[in-house]
Amino acid sequence: MAKGRVGVNEERCKSCGLCVAACPMKVLRISDKINKKGYRPVEQFKEGCIACRMCAITCPDVVLEVFRLEDDKACNA
Amino acid sequence: MKETKIFEKPKSMIDVTTHYCPGCTHGVAHRLVAEVIDELQIQERTVAVAPVGCSVFLYNYINVDSYEAAHGRAPAVASACKRLLPDSVVFSYQGDGDLASIGMAEIVHAANRGEKITVIFINNAIYGMTGGQMAPTTLVGQKATTCPLGRDPKLAGYPIRMCEMLATLQAPAYITRVSVAKPKYTIKAKEALTKAFQTQIEGKGFSFVEILSTCPTNWGMRPVDATNWLEEHMMPEFPLGVFKTPE
Repeated sequence: MAKGRVGVNEERCKSCGLCVAACPMKVLRISDKINKKGYRPVEQFKEGCIACRMCAITCPDVVLEVFRLEDDKACNA
Repeated sequence: MKETKIFEKPKSMIDVTTHYCPGCTHGVAHRLVAEVIDELQIQERTVAVAPVGCSVFLYNYINVDSYEAAHGRAPAVASACKRLLPDSVVFSYQGDGDLASIGMAEIVHAANRGEKITVIFINNAIYGMTGGQMAPTTLVGQKATTCPLGRDPKLAGYPIRMCEMLATLQAPAYITRVSVAKPKYTIKAKEALTKAFQTQIEGKGFSFVEILSTCPTNWGMRPVDATNWLEEHMMPEFPLGVFKTPE
């Protein structure tokens, strides 16, 4: 299965939690940090992202960027 | 480890924080429109017509030429724009208070004339900006500030189904109802928007996309609960589907 990483634009996040509910691997959660608007931004708190983009598709504030990770070795093989 | 970015903000979306409440799916609809504009490479010739309602600031978020129409009159403004600039791609983006209430005449006649415009209709079954009053699309029994005991059909009638109504007309080319409540619906919504814009670009006629949307603030729910409520209560009343498709 593909490996991925989620990038969070913390100042844009409004802490609605839709991405947390949408993530099939449950790697997202609302963090303890507070941004300038007073919301607690979402964070990826563990490995296991499969780069499915469900979080980014459901995010109303386009907070999330999704990266697919590829092993250099796997690319050569 | 090599990283490839597979999802980012569409280029025709302006990089600002929206004024929408947390969990409001207007943001998703905006992003889908921007993605479609990017993919069809029509940013330079697209004209947006913003409504009155929560999405009144559409022009601050999508980087295309824009009008702000009087309440409900967006289809009339869009018709004029399209007739004067036939090469442009014109869309109006309207809520249910705007389109199904005060703007009922404009939408019906624009559809009936078969204007070559695209209308994006956000249906969240309530008036958002003014503070949660009953809308023409409010469900029977649904509570709002002007029907605190729930909508009573004897007093206020039944929710209006815009897609079904417009589909009885001969002129419209493409009429569909989609949702952005969950990713599986959002993916289909984008396909529908793409088809709607293509219908206009190919000159086939009037296209109408109704998007079932949530309003967590005025429904008095957490955003995730609102998406579930939409699935359970709104979808049976407003079934998703294609009501008219270009030949």
